[in-house]
Amino acid sequence: MTRTFLGMPTTAPRGVGHLREGEPFPAAARRGLADPQLRRNLRHATTTIRAKSGAVIAEVPDWQQLRAAGSAVKADTMARLPELLEQLEAAVTAAGGTVHWAVDAVEANRIVTGLVRAAGADRVMKVKSMATQEIGLNEALEAVGIEPVETDLAELIVQLGRDKPSHILVPAIHRNRAEIREIFLREMPDVDPGLTDEPAVLAAAARRHLRETFLSTRVAVSGANFAVAETGTLAVVESEGNGRMCLTLPETLITVMGIEKVVPTWRDLEVFLQLLPRASTGERMNPYTSMWTGVTPGDGPQAFHLVLLDNGRSAVLADEVGRQALHCIRCSACLNVCPVYERTGGHAYGSVYPGPIGAVLSPQLTGVADNASLPYASSLCGACYDACPVMIDIPSILVHLRAEAPHPRAEAAAMAAAAYTMDHPALYAAAQRAAKLSRLAGPRGRGLPPPLSGWTASRDLPEPPPQTFRQWWAQR
Amino acid sequence: MTARDVVLGRIRAALGDPRVAPAPVPREYRPAGAVATDLDLFVDRLTDYRATVHRCADTDVARIVDEVLGGRQVVVPPGLPRHWLPGSVRAVPDDNLTAARIAALDGVVTAAAVAVAETGTIVLDGAPDQGRRIITLLPDVHVCVVRSDQVVATVPDALTRITPHRPLTWISGPSATSDIELNRVEGVHGPRNLHVIITA
Repeated sequence: MTRTFLGMPTTAPRGVGHLREGEPFPAAARRGLADPQLRRNLRHATTTIRAKSGAVIAEVPDWQQLRAAGSAVKADTMARLPELLEQLEAAVTAAGGTVHWAVDAVEANRIVTGLVRAAGADRVMKVKSMATQEIGLNEALEAVGIEPVETDLAELIVQLGRDKPSHILVPAIHRNRAEIREIFLREMPDVDPGLTDEPAVLAAAARRHLRETFLSTRVAVSGANFAVAETGTLAVVESEGNGRMCLTLPETLITVMGIEKVVPTWRDLEVFLQLLPRASTGERMNPYTSMWTGVTPGDGPQAFHLVLLDNGRSAVLADEVGRQALHCIRCSACLNVCPVYERTGGHAYGSVYPGPIGAVLSPQLTGVADNASLPYASSLCGACYDACPVMIDIPSILVHLRAEAPHPRAEAAAMAAAAYTMDHPALYAAAQRAAKLSRLAGPRGRGLPPPLSGWTASRDLPEPPPQTFRQWWAQR
Repeated sequence: MTARDVVLGRIRAALGDPRVAPAPVPREYRPAGAVATDLDLFVDRLTDYRATVHRCADTDVARIVDEVLGGRQVVVPPGLPRHWLPGSVRAVPDDNLTAARIAALDGVVTAAAVAVAETGTIVLDGAPDQGRRIITLLPDVHVCVVRSDQVVATVPDALTRITPHRPLTWISGPSATSDIELNRVEGVHGPRNLHVIITA
């Protein structure tokens, strides 16, 4: 069979969106570690959510069977991705929607911006969406004079605070109630100056602040949790009702969806609608799930556009070990159990996808060289694998990506020398005798000299034993 | 070459040729029909989400609606059974009311398509007794009447009873957020009060 040469799959473009670290994880993590308020907020949040999630998962007698099914549906989806996307496109089109394809963030932003302009709008309301965060859609809209309004409470806190999201599910998890009150008092016009820091009072302030926006904005942008290839049905799960507002009230709805979000059949939703809420918010079911298929005359938006986004996903798919990162349903369970995330916070990862899944997904979407420190942002304890509702083997992908990351030349040379030595018994024995001499150099904990000091800065150098195994054997 | 061709071409190249066939999906979890419906569990789950639950005969629905919304203005879908409405409420039928008009009303009364006991979820599918999505979104009080034969045990059961070609809204308790220190707060943007009337 002849095939048109399309070149290697390319990764997400540089300089666009929020996938690349500004500085390496170890440097960024130090700031998080040094912030006691941040660590208190995070410890409280992750402990709370772990307890809630564990309790509702324990209620489900077939949780492991659901995980196995979820994992297999996703593997099946990836294996048949081209056909399923074509089927989805046909079903959405038949139901009155319009499907667009975007190679990368630049193209996706251009498509959405063009659609908003064609609708004659200068403001859009947004449902919280990782895909639009990833491509930097808000910045692209602002650049052409269109105002994006985040309507999820946490995203609103982040937007008003001119901050960055630090968690996939609760982007303002790093803020406590006192900080949120400060932000509202500073940034919300007409807010009650007597605003207290009670969560219910703060939520009510957000309700008043956004009501008029919901009723008067003609275009909304959402992401998608699932898209059913068989029927063309899109699904968004949420809690606050801001999602329903955006999906129901405007004239035009634009949904930006990563190509990996497709599921083959309507029946497959029975698996994911059980897995997602319990793993993510620790609820039996999230308060609201909206499903729509194209447009419904007389009910909801009368124009529906679906933007299918690659932006590096096909590059992830090309890696047989790494591709299971595309199975992710963005529940954030791996963040909530990760000892590294809990101590450093989400900003340290430098990417819109933080935590364990971010440490494997972001470097693959951008190419490992562009996020080289992230595969090391883990203790490999495996808690993320146990928590993942679709059983993504994150530790194995981390190790796989570490091998692909560029290594310092001094480290590579040292490893090559060690390998050569260990291949030659006489040399190895001599090296062991020499290592014993290093005991004279000082007590345990002394690091190696530069350039190898980078290796020992965060690791104890093991102390050589007084007697090697070979010496002991020879004396027997 | 269009973006569509490029994306599909890249995916096909990534998967290689010949393709590795996927393993069959093991569906050893509880399928539709495997679990008996437990109405008490449904009530328990709804209450846990701070919905208010009422159980009564179909002929008593109007009395409950009067308790909840008496003396107030409510929007009603075109196919709502009239005997559910007491004389004490001012019913405003939804004949393409504007968003602003609906937002100014106090409540809404609808039927449901199906409900899930295990998760405390009711599903609306836009049938004439449930109406457009907007009418259950903007008013602050939603009274939803569920017949007990519409309650199924699990999520797989519910999916077999609804059709994807209607606009679907799954509701589990009133609008809620956990965005502030993960404290659950009922009532952000949707209705802040959900009353579920379960009829025999």
